[in-house]
Amino acid sequence: MLDALINLVSEVLELLGGVADLAVKSLKSLRDIKKIPGPLLEQMNNFGVNSVPIVLFTSVFTGMVTAVQIAYQIRDYAPLDLLGAGVAKMVMIELGPVLTALVIAGRMGAGIAAELGTMRVTEQIDALECMAIDPVRYLVLPRILSGIIMVPILTVLAITVAIAGAAFVSNVVVDLDYTTFFQGIKLHFVPKDLYGGLIKSVFFGLIVSLMGSYYGYYARGGATGVGKATTQAVVSSSLLILLVDYVLGVILFGK
Amino acid sequence: MIEIRDIHKKLGNKEVLKGVSLTVNDGETVAILGRSGMGKSVLLKHMVGLMKPDHGQVIVDGIDITRVNRKKLFEIRGLFGFVFQNSALFDSFTVWKNVALPLIEAGYDMETIDRQVKKVLSMVNLEGTENLYPAELSGGMMKRVGIARALVGDPKYLLYDEPTAGLDPVIADRINDQILYLKEYLKKTAVVVTHDLRSALKVSDRIALLADGVIVTCIRKEEIFQVEHPEMRQFLKASGLS
Repeated sequence: MLDALINLVSEVLELLGGVADLAVKSLKSLRDIKKIPGPLLEQMNNFGVNSVPIVLFTSVFTGMVTAVQIAYQIRDYAPLDLLGAGVAKMVMIELGPVLTALVIAGRMGAGIAAELGTMRVTEQIDALECMAIDPVRYLVLPRILSGIIMVPILTVLAITVAIAGAAFVSNVVVDLDYTTFFQGIKLHFVPKDLYGGLIKSVFFGLIVSLMGSYYGYYARGGATGVGKATTQAVVSSSLLILLVDYVLGVILFGK
Repeated sequence: MIEIRDIHKKLGNKEVLKGVSLTVNDGETVAILGRSGMGKSVLLKHMVGLMKPDHGQVIVDGIDITRVNRKKLFEIRGLFGFVFQNSALFDSFTVWKNVALPLIEAGYDMETIDRQVKKVLSMVNLEGTENLYPAELSGGMMKRVGIARALVGDPKYLLYDEPTAGLDPVIADRINDQILYLKEYLKKTAVVVTHDLRSALKVSDRIALLADGVIVTCIRKEEIFQVEHPEMRQFLKASGLS
């Protein structure tokens, strides 16, 4: 029992140390940022443009179901005029950033871990080292930067589409006209709701790209190792997103 | 000159290298012969600083690369071209970009890069393959692209990790001819890791036998038939040379 506990603590500390080490190496390689526009644009395309369809799909349904459920919950004790405000706050503060991050963790976190893991086990990362090219600067930094840049952009898109979906459903299912719906949003809009959600999304972008990069970069053991790295990247990113969401929620909206 | 001094390396619980010493003089080609899993590739990776020994020194042109910082290590790596066992080509890049990458990263202008890439591709008889992707190449072609990539920066030292592994005998022999050509015409210093004795005899000046974590003998290839070590006798017998 004690051995198992010691092993668990050691593994967690090793993980934290490894992730922190990779983050520091990436930070140091920022000095050569002028060398990465090509890989950065490529990763921003992978992270951002290619993730648009799945983010749109997720967010439109999130907005629609949120509208239906809030309408169901408030109809007995609050006017439906508040529906727009309720949906918008829910989507901006919580659902937009978190669901977008979870979807991106499944898509890009897994993709980064699989790609870097394959490069590791097929010696492509060693090849970069031999060519005197810093693999952290060439492979990891563009992925982390693109995560930090693109996840907030995708989150704005998700929030917009979710609100549009909610407005549509409110009109068709709940019978609330568009003007009342958007008037409710306008009346109760607090800028902090939006930028709080966006601050969260910056952290989530960092988490997804860093965890994917960490597990992929240090993958070992052929195809099995790459598979394991991919799973670990997605699971750890998802758990961290939920954990950090709570911490940031308390810091940003706790008072 | 590359000097390996008393290198020890443990991987997991297994001590793979138990005090390896070897000197590679400028202009010569040394083959490191040994059975699979004996630590040949591990030894080769130490030469370029991809692995750090638990004990011992790796001295390249008078500098102990186990003690230098990362910046200096990258500088020293510019002296090396490394041909990987499975070529280690970048799947998403064309042949041209695979070969050109070290020069692109070093900041050369496109005209110089293109000229140099075409030059090294012609050296390995791969003219016209610039726009192909690794998935479109045969095993032998991938090896030759790997050799072209190692050559593109005009390195002083060429390190080959099992250059003929996994190839049919005809293609393997062509790769040996390629290595020989580079040795004779470009006068590069080279280290070839192999378990193929015929290949070692063809391309090298000296052969070092790695067994049980140490270099048991390092002799001129002409002297190989006089070696009495059982491992070498087995290699000679298995290769039909005794």
